[in-house]
Amino acid sequence: MNILDGLLKALQLIFSGDPRIVEITLRSLFVSGSATLIAALWGIPIAMFLGRSNFRGKFLVKTIFTSLIGIPTVALGFFLFMIFSRENGPLGFLGLLYTPTAIIIGEAILVAPIVVSLATSAIEAVDPDVASLAKTLGASESQATFAVLREALDGIFLAGIASFNRAIGELGVAVFVGGFIAHVTELLTTGIKLEIDSNNIDVAMALAIILLVMVFGINLALNLVQRRKK
Amino acid sequence: MKTWIKVLTIAVAATVLIVGGSYAYFQYFTRTRLLVSTTTSLWETGLLNATEQAFEAKYWIDLGFIPVGTGQAIQQAQGGNVDALLVHSPSNETQFLQGGDGSCRKIIAYNFFTIVGPASDPAGINGSTTTDALKKIVDYGRSNNTRAWVSRGDGSGTHTKEKTLWAKASYSYTQISQESWYASAGSGMSATLNMANEFGAYTLSDIGTYLKLAKDHTISLVQYLAETKDLLNVYSVMAVNQTRHPSVNFSNAITFIKYLISDDCQQLIDNYGKDEYGESLFHSAVQLLKQNSTSQIVQWIKDYAFINGTECPPEYRDPRYPELYS
Repeated sequence: MNILDGLLKALQLIFSGDPRIVEITLRSLFVSGSATLIAALWGIPIAMFLGRSNFRGKFLVKTIFTSLIGIPTVALGFFLFMIFSRENGPLGFLGLLYTPTAIIIGEAILVAPIVVSLATSAIEAVDPDVASLAKTLGASESQATFAVLREALDGIFLAGIASFNRAIGELGVAVFVGGFIAHVTELLTTGIKLEIDSNNIDVAMALAIILLVMVFGINLALNLVQRRKK
Repeated sequence: MKTWIKVLTIAVAATVLIVGGSYAYFQYFTRTRLLVSTTTSLWETGLLNATEQAFEAKYWIDLGFIPVGTGQAIQQAQGGNVDALLVHSPSNETQFLQGGDGSCRKIIAYNFFTIVGPASDPAGINGSTTTDALKKIVDYGRSNNTRAWVSRGDGSGTHTKEKTLWAKASYSYTQISQESWYASAGSGMSATLNMANEFGAYTLSDIGTYLKLAKDHTISLVQYLAETKDLLNVYSVMAVNQTRHPSVNFSNAITFIKYLISDDCQQLIDNYGKDEYGESLFHSAVQLLKQNSTSQIVQWIKDYAFINGTECPPEYRDPRYPELYS
């Protein structure tokens, strides 16, 4: 099948609302969305702490988080597979291997360093006077923290977008702990791999187009929202 | 500090909610899950998709396939990570049963491997026996110093078969796999066929995947070797041993095996792809073996895929399910 044929068939599949493609897309959104949410819930408080305090070894902690951004998904997927493996893994008793939940946990671990690093930088970049000014105006410590957070919102948004993009586009974790089972753990990325393996170029192309459009679309939407607020 | 405690509580609560919620949803509000790791050749032809639909229409079980090579499928089963496996490598299956990890083996289908290559047939293997064909390919590769052969190289059933064929032709696999004309793809059947097509090289393929790609005009490779005994390909199903791996879903695995050997499914296997490819991609084996006729193919299956003269020695059967072997 040549590229043009594949492209036409792919567009046909997308616009006809092929149920399998819809299902895979929604699952992908749900899995990477949940992963990003968890990572943000843990990462932003850590970033608030790192960005607003000074302690010995802070540089080291920040360096560790920054280098973890580049963790290879294949390596992380493999470690998690060993950990979740039903009989030999320390967490095998949870029965999480080959479930979407396992992918969510894996991707949350994968993107948490992105949230922490980018959000820390954003918070550090906020003028220190913001907090002291807020306090002079009678704000409590927590109100002052939130004032800083509001100033750093753009950077935190960026951290969220970057995390979501990394989560939705990764393959290693999804392959190892998800096992690309049709109707259960199949995502956009694993779907592309599987359809190429099965030589269904049109379906693979449809999934790839959706993946790209979604990444562009979500970024665009978030950027527009941000711009309007200014 | 109170803020931190609040934030921490929210983070913990939300994480538990998302993780627990998604886990509960996928675990309890959906059908019981049956995981089967399977060889890529069965999956890539689409046969298992058809089987899954028919099976799920009949039973309230969510059947999930993990398509990997036979080698990896067996590893997953040995770790108790799947409930059953569908594979095609009798020697590996024997080891797996003897290792105590499997039970209730049933031979469900057969077809043939084929050696395919470029239409110009540069090595001149057309009409040769398997052994002669491999010799010609080696000579062609060595003398022209060109990529002549692409191997799966992934520990799959097809890869195991290839090694057996090299041994039969008195070549050392370890030696020739190092030579420059020999390419090890390390991937599934379709990817390997595509690679052989790009290189203009020969490869060993199961007939199903080859026909699918050839019909889609993805590859222009031609099939050279006919259905001979040494190219026989036998598919079997096994449940993962419940005594060794208590967490597996054994009763559903048995339901699945019973379905595979039922007349309905055997017919589905026989007819799969007939309309589209002009010939069946797989042949059912259950009735054939039950009738125990003296036909050549039954004899071939027995010679190639039986263990101690039976498809499953009694010690690996489950006394609760004698109907599997009646």
